[in-house]
Formats: sequence, structure tokens, C-alpha cells
Amino acid sequence: MTSIADRARGIASAPRDKWTAPVVIVLGLLYPWYTETLQALPVIGDFVPSTESMVVMVAFTMMALGLNIVVGYAGLLDLGYVAFYAVGAYTAGWFASQQFDQVTFSFLSSVPSDQPGIHITMWLVLLMAGLLTLFAGIVIGLPTLRLRGDYLAIVTLGFGEIVPQVFKNGDSFFGFDLTHGTFGIAPIDAAGLPVLASFTSLPKNFQTSPNRAMWFYLGAFALLLITVFCTVRLRDSRLGRAWIAIREDETAAAAMGVPLMRTKTWSYAIGAFFGGVAGAYYASFRGGAFPADFYFQFSVFLLCMVILGGMGSVWGVIAGAMILGYLDREGLATIGSKIQDAGLNFDPTKYQFGIYGVIIVSMMLLRPAGLIPERRHKIELEEGVHDTPFYDVEHEGTLTDRDPSDD
Amino acid sequence: MADDNLVVATQVRKEFGGLVATDDVDFTIPRGAIVSLIGPNGAGKTTFFNQLTGVYKPTSGSILFDGTEVSYLPPHAITKLGIGRTFQNIRLFHQMSAMENVLVGMNCRLHSGILGAILRTPKVKREEIEAHDRARELLVYCGLPRRHNERSGSLPYGDQRRLEVARALATEPKLLLLDEPTAGMNPQETAEFTAFVSKVRDEKGVTVLLIEHDMKVIMGVSERITVLEYGAKIAEGTPAEIRADERVIEAYLGRGVGQTG
Repeated sequence: MTSIADRARGIASAPRDKWTAPVVIVLGLLYPWYTETLQALPVIGDFVPSTESMVVMVAFTMMALGLNIVVGYAGLLDLGYVAFYAVGAYTAGWFASQQFDQVTFSFLSSVPSDQPGIHITMWLVLLMAGLLTLFAGIVIGLPTLRLRGDYLAIVTLGFGEIVPQVFKNGDSFFGFDLTHGTFGIAPIDAAGLPVLASFTSLPKNFQTSPNRAMWFYLGAFALLLITVFCTVRLRDSRLGRAWIAIREDETAAAAMGVPLMRTKTWSYAIGAFFGGVAGAYYASFRGGAFPADFYFQFSVFLLCMVILGGMGSVWGVIAGAMILGYLDREGLATIGSKIQDAGLNFDPTKYQFGIYGVIIVSMMLLRPAGLIPERRHKIELEEGVHDTPFYDVEHEGTLTDRDPSDD
Repeated sequence: MADDNLVVATQVRKEFGGLVATDDVDFTIPRGAIVSLIGPNGAGKTTFFNQLTGVYKPTSGSILFDGTEVSYLPPHAITKLGIGRTFQNIRLFHQMSAMENVLVGMNCRLHSGILGAILRTPKVKREEIEAHDRARELLVYCGLPRRHNERSGSLPYGDQRRLEVARALATEPKLLLLDEPTAGMNPQETAEFTAFVSKVRDEKGVTVLLIEHDMKVIMGVSERITVLEYGAKIAEGTPAEIRADERVIEAYLGRGVGQTG
């Protein structure tokens, strides 16, 4: 008997080797322990990202997976995803920093409880950030998602600019300092394990722990696993099918009883949720939320990750996000120093968006469906390759017996 | 309220700018009947269909479906009330498998929510398994015993037509709208399909409204025929009556032929 997952999956994903996922997860989880070994390797050692960079890459991957729900599953082009990152980061700023020092409130926080301001444990703040961003997604989505195609892209672009501007200029909302203007909110409390720390040797505060990068990495990796789990489950559900139906043919989807506005708004809001959680965690890692981070290029950067990896494909988006995240954090600089060592005066970090552009254009020409295409697109490109039947062949063999003349 | 009529459309009018696509059409569909809508190209048949399914809002007039006013409802709400349709040019979800297409059709009859989908609760699991079983039955019923997991866009033309019907039936309609379902089929396929429509009506108890150009299909399968021309209804009656109607012959064959032929 096949499992429900197999039944539900249909052609949505390739029947991959069952070991791929566990191996990747274990290798990912243990990364901080073998980073130094890898970095000591000759030649390639220099190109191995530090655990510190991996935290950022994983946070970016979460955002890309959130964007993939909107762009990849539901087919809605969103050019303003950075707005959700901003909302998430500022939520962390409000509920886990000294921003509102009029009050002193602390709840399981990693910082001393007598500090002024609201200090709620980062894990709860992450959930709050997600929910607030989800709400922001609904508020932005309801008027916006009535539009189709290009018009939707333009309006999301607008919101992507508006939201960061509101934060940037929000230091005097009727006299109230909400966002601390261009300075941003800093320091934001670090994540930590204050409850466990009281009776184990686990760190109370990741930031002050000697293994700072490792702890932040493990936290980020756990969040990434949750994100992947949720996006895969959603894709294989009734809602996921409705998203893909809308992507394929909006009119037909509506005629088949898919409520367009509700379904699209959910894709937007759920996509936003993960952007918000990742944004809040990243803010906690950086120790601040700064309005200069939330620029339009970042939306495009995330979109590039999704396109590079393969729209709609979870594995693909992870690969795309890790590659571009790596280039952004370390890769280009490392390559640049190698080039300069060789005596050439060329600094690729200066041309980073040009380089990403070249990558995207080459991808479109050579591998339009992405590095690891969504199964559907793959079938489209390899017409004639048939899927294996996914239901019980033993009991219903008569139905799945394929007539040779079909092929 | 006359309960023997499933659809009562009164004075349905749709204007696109200066063009009157349907001109105060009165139209009733008796419960359990197979009714056809015919007329020359551009007569407003598909526009009427689209008003019935909520794709267009009528400029004026009322459409009662099973006692409910539907002319202002969005398409998905009308589908939920029980109107399923196919499209003149096939509009399957081409990247999805045949199975998934049918499952999308069931969307409005399933209940699983977001948290249920993520946690995959026993209830959701059961619902999904039942839905898959039902979808498979429906595909077989509509003459697609194989290839349920193939991308629907790669199915042969005739199978795509069948799949559209299966998908429409998955919405559990009381009224099934078929927009030129036999277009592009060969005579044998057409004959099979005609028999299939009667079978669906008899076994599933659905009422059928058909737009068709093939006179053989129309005369063979329908119990009542309505003829539109330039957006207005010019005739209504049994196949025999329509065949004898002067205005219909004129509309289809042109003036003068009626007298000589």
C-alpha cells in the first residue's frame, strides 16, 4: 500500500532516491562540526563558506522558499517581497529590544529581565513576526491580488517600496518613535535558550556564547526544516492544487470552484509568513533592523534564487538560494581575491548584480526550468517520459496496465 | 416557484459597449432534461453560458438557479451551488496530471484547511484518500481507464475532452454545461460521446445544457432546443418543431432555401 504522501504527490515531484533528503539533512545539521576540516583542504578550502555565512544563507533560503509559494506555486509575480522581510525584522525590533523603553517587560528572554523595553523570547517573537507578516500579507494582498500578471507585479513593486519607507520615516508617528528612523532598531536581542540554560550547559544567549555562529546556524537550520516541511505539505494538499490550478489557468480554476481571491491571498499571506520569520531571525542574528537593508534589489535577489533553482521546486529553490546566497556573502569576494592574487585588477563584488544577471540569462537559455526543475516542468521538457503509476498496482493492475500503443 | 425548472433566466441582457450580445433572453431548463442551445457563430451562446457561470455579470435581467439568484455571484460560488462546465477551447490545467485535474474539480467539495494540510490530520488523510478514490472512479467512468498520472496536456485530444467532463462532474453539478463538446471529434467519437451524455444524465441525474453545432448530435440527444440569433431567442421547442421552424432554417441556411427545399 502506498502512503498518503505518495498518493498525494502525483506528478508534483520526482520519485527521488529515498536517501537524498535524510543525507542532506544530516550533512546540513553537522555542518559547523566539519567546516574547519573542509576549510583546511587545499585549493577548494578557500571556497568553503564559514558557519557565520551559512546562517545568512539559510535565512535567505527560507525567504526564497516563502517567495516560491507566491511565485512558484500560485504563479503570482511578487516584486515587493522585501516588505515582508522588513515587517519581520521590525517585529523582532519591537518585541525584543530596548526600543520601547517606556515599559519594562520580559518574558523568557535571553537578556537580563531588568533591562528596559519589551523583551520576549526570540522563539515566540519569531511566531509573532510570522503572524504579523501574514496579516500584512492579507492587508496588502486583498486590494492587490485582484490584478493579473504585469499589473500585479507593478503594484507589489510599489508596496515593496512603500513599506520600507514607512519604517525609515516612522520615527515620529504623531510624536511616537515607532522605528527609530534611519538608524534602525539596534541592538535586537539574540536568540537563546534561557529556560534550558538554567539546568543544562546550553547557552542562554547565542550572541554571547563562545560558539555563536554554530548556535545561530542550528537555530536557522531547524527553522529551515520547518519551512521545507510546511511548503511540501501545503503543495501536496487541496490548497496546493488550487494554487497550481490558478497558475495554470485562472478562469478554468474559478469555473471549477476555486475561490480566486481567497486562494491567492492565502498564497501571498503564507509566503509572507515565512519571509517574516526568516526576517526576524536574521535581525536577531545581525542584532538590528536597519532600513537600508530593505531595498528593491533584495526582492529581485530573492526572485533570482527562485528562478535559478526552478520555480515551484523546493529542492531547486534551496539550491538556487544557497548558491546565490553564497556568492553574495563570500563567493564573489573569494573569487575576487583569487583573481587579484593572479595579478588581475578585477573585483567581481563590484559587479555582483551584473553577474547575477548573466547567471539568470544563461539559465534561461540553457536550462529554462531551473537547476532542479519542478517535476511538471520537467515532464513538459521531456515529453514522452511517463510517470510510474502511484496507486496500488497489485490491486488495480487492470487500470494501470499501459497499452503499448499509448507510448 | 416552479420546482420542475432548474434554471429560470428572465430578460437576460449583456451589452459589450454598443454590442448587445444577449438581448433580453428568457430561458428555462427543466430538471433532468438535456437542453441544447444553438445558433450561428456569434449568436451569443457562449456569452449566455458565461453569464450562467458567473464569468460575465449580466447588464440586466435575472438568473435563478435552483431557486437562488446567481447573476451577481462569483464563478466559484456558482460552481459550489451546482453548475459544472466545460470550455469551448479545452482549458485543462495542462501541467497537472489527469488525476490532479479532477481533484481540483473536487476542490469545493473538500474541507481541509491550512493547518490540517500541514499537520495532515487523520481527517484530512481520510478525505484525501477518499477524494483520490472518487477521482479514479470518475476518470474510469468518463472513459479514461489509464494514464491518470500523465500530464493532462499530453493526452490525446479526445481524452482531453473526456477529462474536461470528468473534471466538471467532480464538482458534483446539478447542471452540466457542455460548450461544443464534440468539436474536432470524428463521427465515431461523436456518436460515443452523445451516448455518454445521455448516460450521465440518466445515471448521475444531472441536467445538461449543450452548445453544439453538429446537428446530428443536437437532434439525437436533446429534448428541447433553443435557437439564438444576434443575441435574441428566435425559436424554442422540441427537435421536430425546430427542424420545421421557418426562422431557424432562414438563420441557418439563408432566405429562400426554405421554400425551395
